[in-house]
Amino acid sequence: MRRILIGTFIAAVAAGMAGCGERPQEMVAQKSGKYQGKPDNRPWDNAQFKQDKGQWEAALKARNQNQNEYTRVE
Amino acid sequence: MARMKFLCDAERCIECNGCVTACKQENEVPWGVNRRRVVTINDGVPGERSISVACMHCSDAPCMAVCPVDCFYRTEEGVVLHDKDLCIGCGYCFYACPFGAPQFPQAGAFGLRGKMDKCTFCAGGPEKDHSAEERVKYGRNRLAEGKLPACAEMCSTKALLAGDSDVISDIYRQRVLKRGKGSEVWGWGTAYGKPDGKPATQPGAKS
Repeated sequence: MRRILIGTFIAAVAAGMAGCGERPQEMVAQKSGKYQGKPDNRPWDNAQFKQDKGQWEAALKARNQNQNEYTRVE
Repeated sequence: MARMKFLCDAERCIECNGCVTACKQENEVPWGVNRRRVVTINDGVPGERSISVACMHCSDAPCMAVCPVDCFYRTEEGVVLHDKDLCIGCGYCFYACPFGAPQFPQAGAFGLRGKMDKCTFCAGGPEKDHSAEERVKYGRNRLAEGKLPACAEMCSTKALLAGDSDVISDIYRQRVLKRGKGSEVWGWGTAYGKPDGKPATQPGAKS
């Protein structure tokens, strides 16, 4: 019984002392004006275009011209 | 390839809100957030004009300049995107943007402000292409599929053009030269044929 009491007392003291600890509160250095987020990949870096920028540009060029009805009716 | 841009032809826009609907459906945008909207000037007055507005993907974007956590970036194609994991929802970008493009989802009785959401030019965000994370956070990545933004591709009158700025400028220039000005653009002449053109004749019609 005495052992349990001593053990509980030591645990309580240890838990109480944990509150006295001090964590470092340094500011995270931020490079102003520079993007801080995750990097993004290119639109042609995927399974469909297989890193072929030319193929992606050709696909987009065709889509662009779909918006011009003069090329479709004349 | 030049920069990606939107160009809205106010002579053609009929305020159908098809672009707004297409955007919401394609990107599953939450309630209260409109990445795109149609603005009408002189509503109800003859000669009223409508224009579809979203993020204009500015070359010198003010949202990028004011963001305190620097969560914005510009892709090689000129699309302005942001990292939602970094965004703190402060709203500075909303005050800086002259087009009101940044939107904030609101939840709860006290209008809790969430992370900023805006038009991505259907280019997703800084997550793996076509991943579930990208879909949930930023919407569909049509650009990586070799497609243009849904709003422009769905536009029934092709008023809203999207894509390579040089190409869409040429398309718009060609239109302006062909359609003329004033009553040549809309009205009797356009609907029933121009005086110099061959008029449509119907049996029994008065000349």
